[in-house]
Amino acid sequence: MAELWDGYLWPLIVIIAKIVLIVGPLLIAVAYLTYAERKVIGAMQMRKGPNVVGPFGLLQPMADGVKLFLKETVIPTGANRVVFVLAPVLTFFLALVAWAVIPFSEGWVLADINVGILYLFAISSLGVYGIIMAGWASNSKYAFLGGLRSAGQMVSYEVSIGFVLVAVLLTAGSLNLSKIVEAQRSVWFVIPHLPMFVIFYISGLAETNRCPFDLPEAESELVAGYNVEYSAMTFAQFFLGEYANMILMAAMGAILFLGGWLPPFDVAPFNWLPGIVWFFLKIAFLLFGFLWVRATFPRYRYDQLMRLGWKVFLPFSLFWVVLTAGVLLALGRLPQG
Amino acid sequence: MGFIDRTARAFLLTELLQGMALTLRYMFKPKVTLNYPFEKGPLSPRFRGEHALRRYPNGEERCIACKLCEATCPALAITIDVAPRADGSRRTTRYDIDMTKCIYCGLCQEACPVDAIVEGPNFEFSTETREELYYDKDRLLGNGDRWEPELAARIEADAPYR
Repeated sequence: MAELWDGYLWPLIVIIAKIVLIVGPLLIAVAYLTYAERKVIGAMQMRKGPNVVGPFGLLQPMADGVKLFLKETVIPTGANRVVFVLAPVLTFFLALVAWAVIPFSEGWVLADINVGILYLFAISSLGVYGIIMAGWASNSKYAFLGGLRSAGQMVSYEVSIGFVLVAVLLTAGSLNLSKIVEAQRSVWFVIPHLPMFVIFYISGLAETNRCPFDLPEAESELVAGYNVEYSAMTFAQFFLGEYANMILMAAMGAILFLGGWLPPFDVAPFNWLPGIVWFFLKIAFLLFGFLWVRATFPRYRYDQLMRLGWKVFLPFSLFWVVLTAGVLLALGRLPQG
Repeated sequence: MGFIDRTARAFLLTELLQGMALTLRYMFKPKVTLNYPFEKGPLSPRFRGEHALRRYPNGEERCIACKLCEATCPALAITIDVAPRADGSRRTTRYDIDMTKCIYCGLCQEACPVDAIVEGPNFEFSTETREELYYDKDRLLGNGDRWEPELAARIEADAPYR
């Protein structure tokens, strides 16, 4: 009995507690990211944004959540019911599951696996399934076209993200996210790899279907793309998943390029703040950039999007991988074994 | 040279960054939002809102049932019945405006020879049922009594331009 407790039950409880500790704040962060988005874009358009529900409109995300929760879930007659309901669940699930390997501070990570970056990459690639399934199961032309666009877009930009990751991995010499952060103790990778950071950021926008690459839900042509037919909680799950993915992209950017939980300078006033605060500040900075970009740029045309992905980013990131490898080889700092 | 210039611009994202600098500047500009139910914008004295039937200062209703408004109404929203009153004057027995048909063109108040039917400044008269928007004579006279100081001031303010 004691063995069962010590060996299985207690670790299980600890892990569940950790998961709750990650997912709870994450969902709150997602809710307030929608609020921040409306406030920031409102401010950039000289509006006030939501300011009625609660002080400064701070309860607006709660009101929106309750509204979505209480609405009726409409399932179209022509839809494939199982896949239709499964798709948003999958999107939401994948957006949460990726957080298992994100190190929040030194040693603060749920699963400190050695191939953390591959895991993240695999999970974010799987995200496209949720959208394709939604587009197909809705049995609607707009949803279908939106799903196809999204699939094409996410696959294209994953390729260049992949090469960006390779360049970072070569420099860090590890696939473990904590080790990648540790490798940036002397200098953040954003400085030697600045062009890669830009490519990563823009590809991240495309990967999360954010403006100016939000063609999958281009409302002027596809109504709402793959989530036309979704309502109430099924829609809410897509929405939460999408925003959780945005935060995840920002977290990946912070870990790979901005030194994760490390302070910008390891001197007195900066290293007083705990690592997790720096990590959250970096995520918030990158997320603000997401909103800022959305408030600034109009939507890309689909052929421009594909041209940018395949003809600009892919050759350039490939060139940068070769360059990185060459420089490391010349300096004799290529990772061994 | 043109090619190098163009490529450098594209890769350094100069135009994109300029655009983003612009939105960032706008972010700190004063907001133009009006908190509508609590703050309201100015209204012209010619604003055409909810209708009202006015009275003379002695309490006599102005309308003499000439039916010019009914005739001119392009949406056929006005219905008038006429009968001589006990004192022999010509008055309406029925003056209905279907507010769901009305297009707020203001032709009725232009046509009125005695400034009886006017469109007031009130635009917040939404209802929960359709029937409440079928205004009858009592309702319109009531509006006139309630808004009279405002209506008189508006006609006064607009008079020099007529």
